Amino acid sequence: MKYVFQVMIIGGITFAGELLHAWLPLPVPASVYGMILLFLCLCLKIIKEDQIRETADFLLLIMPVLFVGPGVGIIDNYMAVSDAILPFIITVFATTIIVMAVTGLVSQAIIRRMGGGKNHE
Amino acid sequence: MNELLGDSVFFGLFLSLFTYWIGVKIKARFQWTLLNPLLIAIVLCIVCLAVGDISYETFNQGAQYLSYLLTPATVCLALPMYRQMKVLKENWLPVLAGVLSGCVVTLGLVLACGWLLKMEQTLTVSLLPKSITTAIAIGVTEELNGISAITVAAVIITGIIGAVTAGTVFKLFRINEPVAQGLACGTAAHAIGTTKALEMGEIQGAMSSLAIVASGLVTVFVAPVVASWIFG
Repeated sequence: MKYVFQVMIIGGITFAGELLHAWLPLPVPASVYGMILLFLCLCLKIIKEDQIRETADFLLLIMPVLFVGPGVGIIDNYMAVSDAILPFIITVFATTIIVMAVTGLVSQAIIRRMGGGKNHE
Repeated sequence: MNELLGDSVFFGLFLSLFTYWIGVKIKARFQWTLLNPLLIAIVLCIVCLAVGDISYETFNQGAQYLSYLLTPATVCLALPMYRQMKVLKENWLPVLAGVLSGCVVTLGLVLACGWLLKMEQTLTVSLLPKSITTAIAIGVTEELNGISAITVAAVIITGIIGAVTAGTVFKLFRINEPVAQGLACGTAAHAIGTTKALEMGEIQGAMSSLAIVASGLVTVFVAPVVASWIFG
């Protein structure tokens, strides 16, 4: 029964996220509302960690698998970019890698300057 | 083949899980960071569909049940954030600076690529929200009069590239602070990058989750301003 209760709580928060998404005129998806809602509930001790732990950890663990379907779905969108496939690929590739490097380096520089961090070299 | 599998609910579900399982096996056998199980699974599924002449609709009849879990799974990203609350509070400045610089660089680079590669304006604006989570990205694209199909493809491919290259990028640029690694994954490659961050550690996962929300919100507000400023 523990798992039924855990799925119920996570399902309920997700549903609340869907309601917020339907009611509020912002381009914020139900999942992000739900995430913020669950975070607040945990911080305010309305929901305790052990009331969701196993189910939440399971969902996080299998999360990559959940992207297989949407990933395969890009074959359906191929027609939309087939005219400009090369510029599309170059832009997506270059941007992702450069942004990852910039974000990492900027935040790392600040962490080190603040004297925090784990890896003093 | 489509008629045979047309009524099957579990074909797509099984194929998704089976190809992912093969991906995990291949990854374990060769230990090469660019061999990402998700990437292997997607490629294998596409090959299976092409070889068997099976439509995406037939596949998705089963695969969609897995995708339904994406919303509750994303909601659960709140848990690592809550567990790492202390780290989160201590690092509000790096979070803010990292996410902001990431968002600004994304927008700037897409515009620069659009100009250099002579892309049509519709394509360029459709790529502006490529680094944020799908649902927010579609909202931004619609507001900019872009094409959602392009945005969805760009967002997914961005996520996969991010997850596949994260390890290499961090090694290359000597990014080894867990907080910085997490922020980089989430800002550059949204939820798919976050799955990679969670694999690296809980601090990375928590920071990446936070970065999804933060970069999504920043892009929602900044992208339309930048777009109207450039193209307006």
